[in-house]
Amino acid sequence: MRALLLLLLLLVAAGAQAVEPSERLADPALEARARALSKNLRCLVCQNESIDESNADLAHDIRVLLRERIKAGDSDDEVRRFLVSRYGAFVLLKPPFEPATYALWFGPPLALALAGLAIALRLRRSRAEPEAPPLSDAERRRLAQLLEEEG
Amino acid sequence: MRRALYLLPALLVAVLFLFFRMALRADYDPHAVPSPLIDQPMPVFDLAGTDTRLSGDALKGQVALVNFFASWCIPCRVEHPLLMRLAEEQHVPIYGIALKDKPQDTERFIAQMGNPYRRIGLDENGHVGIDFGITGVPETFVIDKSGHIRRHYGAPLTAEELRDDLEPLLRELARS
Amino acid sequence: MIAELGHFALILALLLALLQSSVPLIGAARRNFTWMTLGRSTAAAQFVLVAAAFAALIHAYVTSDFSVQNVFENSHSDKPLLYKITGVWGNHEGSMVLWVFILSLFGAAVAWFGDNLPPALSARVLAVQGMIGAGFLGFILLTSDPFHRLVPAPLDGRGLNPVLQDPGLAFHPPFLYLGYVGFSIAFSFAVAALIEGRVDPAWARWVRPWTLAAWCALTIGIAMGSWWAYYTLGWGGWWFWDPVENASFMPWLVGTALLHSAIVVEKRDALKSWTILLAILTFSLSLVGTFLVRSGVLTSVHAFAVDPRRGLYILLLLLVAIGGSLSLYAWRAPALKAGGLFAPISREGALVLNNLLLTVAAAAIFWGTLYPLFSDQLGGPKLTVGAPFFDIVFRWLMAPLLVAVAVGPLLAWKRGDLLAALQRLWAAFAAALMVGLVALYIAGGGPLLAVLTLALAGWMVLGALSEWAERVRLFRVGFAESRRRARHLPRAQYGMTLAHLGLAVTLAGIAASAWQQERIEIMKPGDDVPIASYTLHLDGVDKVQGPNFTAERADVTVRKGGSVVAELHPEKRFFPLQQMSTGVTAIKTNLLADLYLALGDSDGKGGWTVRAWWKPLVPWIWIGAVMMALGGVVSLSDRRLRLGVAARARVPRGARAAE
Repeated sequence: MRALLLLLLLLVAAGAQAVEPSERLADPALEARARALSKNLRCLVCQNESIDESNADLAHDIRVLLRERIKAGDSDDEVRRFLVSRYGAFVLLKPPFEPATYALWFGPPLALALAGLAIALRLRRSRAEPEAPPLSDAERRRLAQLLEEEG
Repeated sequence: MRRALYLLPALLVAVLFLFFRMALRADYDPHAVPSPLIDQPMPVFDLAGTDTRLSGDALKGQVALVNFFASWCIPCRVEHPLLMRLAEEQHVPIYGIALKDKPQDTERFIAQMGNPYRRIGLDENGHVGIDFGITGVPETFVIDKSGHIRRHYGAPLTAEELRDDLEPLLRELARS
Repeated sequence: MIAELGHFALILALLLALLQSSVPLIGAARRNFTWMTLGRSTAAAQFVLVAAAFAALIHAYVTSDFSVQNVFENSHSDKPLLYKITGVWGNHEGSMVLWVFILSLFGAAVAWFGDNLPPALSARVLAVQGMIGAGFLGFILLTSDPFHRLVPAPLDGRGLNPVLQDPGLAFHPPFLYLGYVGFSIAFSFAVAALIEGRVDPAWARWVRPWTLAAWCALTIGIAMGSWWAYYTLGWGGWWFWDPVENASFMPWLVGTALLHSAIVVEKRDALKSWTILLAILTFSLSLVGTFLVRSGVLTSVHAFAVDPRRGLYILLLLLVAIGGSLSLYAWRAPALKAGGLFAPISREGALVLNNLLLTVAAAAIFWGTLYPLFSDQLGGPKLTVGAPFFDIVFRWLMAPLLVAVAVGPLLAWKRGDLLAALQRLWAAFAAALMVGLVALYIAGGGPLLAVLTLALAGWMVLGALSEWAERVRLFRVGFAESRRRARHLPRAQYGMTLAHLGLAVTLAGIAASAWQQERIEIMKPGDDVPIASYTLHLDGVDKVQGPNFTAERADVTVRKGGSVVAELHPEKRFFPLQQMSTGVTAIKTNLLADLYLALGDSDGKGGWTVRAWWKPLVPWIWIGAVMMALGGVVSLSDRRLRLGVAARARVPRGARAAE
């Protein structure tokens, strides 16, 4: 039941709101930056949305604050750091590239490399092996017999 | 070597199960987000108040609680009696910050429910709340004598939490 | 009474499943024909019983029998009949009944249509299927009984969530389950083959139709879920890399690899242990998905019940099923006789690359989905791994695969000529170039990634068509001859071509989202807002009364070049009983692009926030998915698959003891 409520919450949050015209910055370049940043920030009271999409109050507040900081001259990095210092790396939808997440980012390419290597070795080895062991005498006789039977 | 490779999937799955088993423990909450502000200095703030202004300076030199609340918040009403108890019986300094609330509504709430707060700050646009990294109300912070945040409660306080966690912490901080 | 009968049916089904898990298996080992064929009877009987239980539950919903707790929690007398029925699987307990229903359905189907299977293999497959069934029936009866009664019976139910009363959402679970659960057959076949110690082309040919059917269903299920999210959630998103979406996507990726791998086993008797592993992994991913959704270890939109006890049971089930099968794999797979050899550059080599990239992609998604859990449990920071991670990783892995899709089918078996294949793809090169240049021109220069992706889609389309042209020797022999060849091409060939074309179409739809246009404005009645080549005119916003909601309904006239092309009515609905609002989007599509409108809040001064998007090619995302599923269906209709190994000589039963 609680999970259902959470689902409802998401859908209420999704009820066609998110970025309000009144929030938008006048300067289109700054507004574009704000939108791009918002798309990478997690809505902390939603289940899996960015603050750009969510209509939660907190998302709205952070959107407004974010735009204030951009107007005040913060760079994208500074805005991100501002929020991470308050909410932790959890607030970023794109995990940062740092020691705690090296395993995350290196994982897939490493898996690809290792799997590719394993396959390459396997292919090379199977080609080095003979196709099939030669028949023993008894087997050759049986084969001749069977072929005769087949007629 | 070849044999070992065949065993790899089973081994990986075994490790995965361990993690899943750990995650199923009753005390694991995937929703809980630990605050990065623990052991950091309290964020600087300076708010208009219902009575006098409230800034971090008011808390200097004492162990205190900062409690974010709002008149429109129902769990806050449930938590409120505990705060009253803390304030009246144990004389714990509690400073309240009303989040995204109209001053009249905050005052009505206090008049109705009682005032456990030494002072109340009005954070009408929610920026101070964001500075503290809250995601809703009520949330409570324990500040030590040097102004550092020592504990964060992201949910309404419960009597058990008070007894098992908060009160021992307050005693320990009072000694230092 | 009926609910009790349903409950009893489930208990009987469990007993039968236990029987099915053991007797046929022993029979196969002991070569006891009677015991082996028992599996077929128990599978059929099990299906009948589970179907009866399912029917009993549906009956309880349809008659609004609120003395049944499950009905009380999830239904309401005011619900339309259709949604009373679909509400059966909109909750944890009911969806588990659907799960075992489909599981037993597939088991019975193997029993009924598996005449051409050797008895021992059939027995073992059904035994494994029985084990899975026993596990899940036990889970239902011990932790998730849908037939639990409430005394006294409440007057009405609690489940009138308007959001769930939507056709897209209601029918998405059955398709998904047909997919997830359908892969259990491939799993059972794989485990049976490991027990027998033999994988041969015949095995691959038997496995393929079941896997293909499951794959088609899963493709449709995922597409439906995505489409539902698109038209419901109000900002036009259609994929969020949510943990439960990922849980459905991973089996799809590995299932696709399985399908392709089985081809190699069938045609060339190679890649056996890999195919077996894929068959085990596909269903294992389905099981892990079930665990993730129902145990509460991950935060997700879809998560059902958050009940650690259920989570523990499923975890145990996983341990036995996945751990058991993979241990069996580790033990028996090395003994599988290696099959045909092939050069790295060959059709087999291309399919190995296909397997590699799809599997690593699934692994990468798995890694990203579970990394927050791993990090948290190991004392690391609490992290979010969101869409940006998955987007980057998935695209890089898929890009080389999508290029190879056009090349692979043109390579010969055993040893292929890459240069010759590439030469035959000159038309595809040309198409890619042309599409890229045209896109650059129309879009005015960028973004580069989207242009390249669109070019890639062009490459794939002409690649698929070139391959077909090769097979019918188009333009190289007479037209009549080409036509004759085309008619005699096996259906599976057409299925492949259609599926690969569908993939290209979906890719194009995804690429084009880079060129979507968005307008978010506050409009007063009488205002005009231009978007793309349209003009939106807000006529007014009315208050509308629905059966259980009040709504604000905008009347928007859409004009193009001065003439009216559509009237759209986005709404915001408020349901007083549930105290919740939802939005109803208004979409005008011409199958080449969508004009998407959503209504926001009023500003209190007579103005309304209106959000409009023009999304080019977005319908192609789902059209492509339907094409892929159709391709699968066409392949399924290939006679060769249904006849199976027809050429096996009829050997007297006694002589079969050699098996």
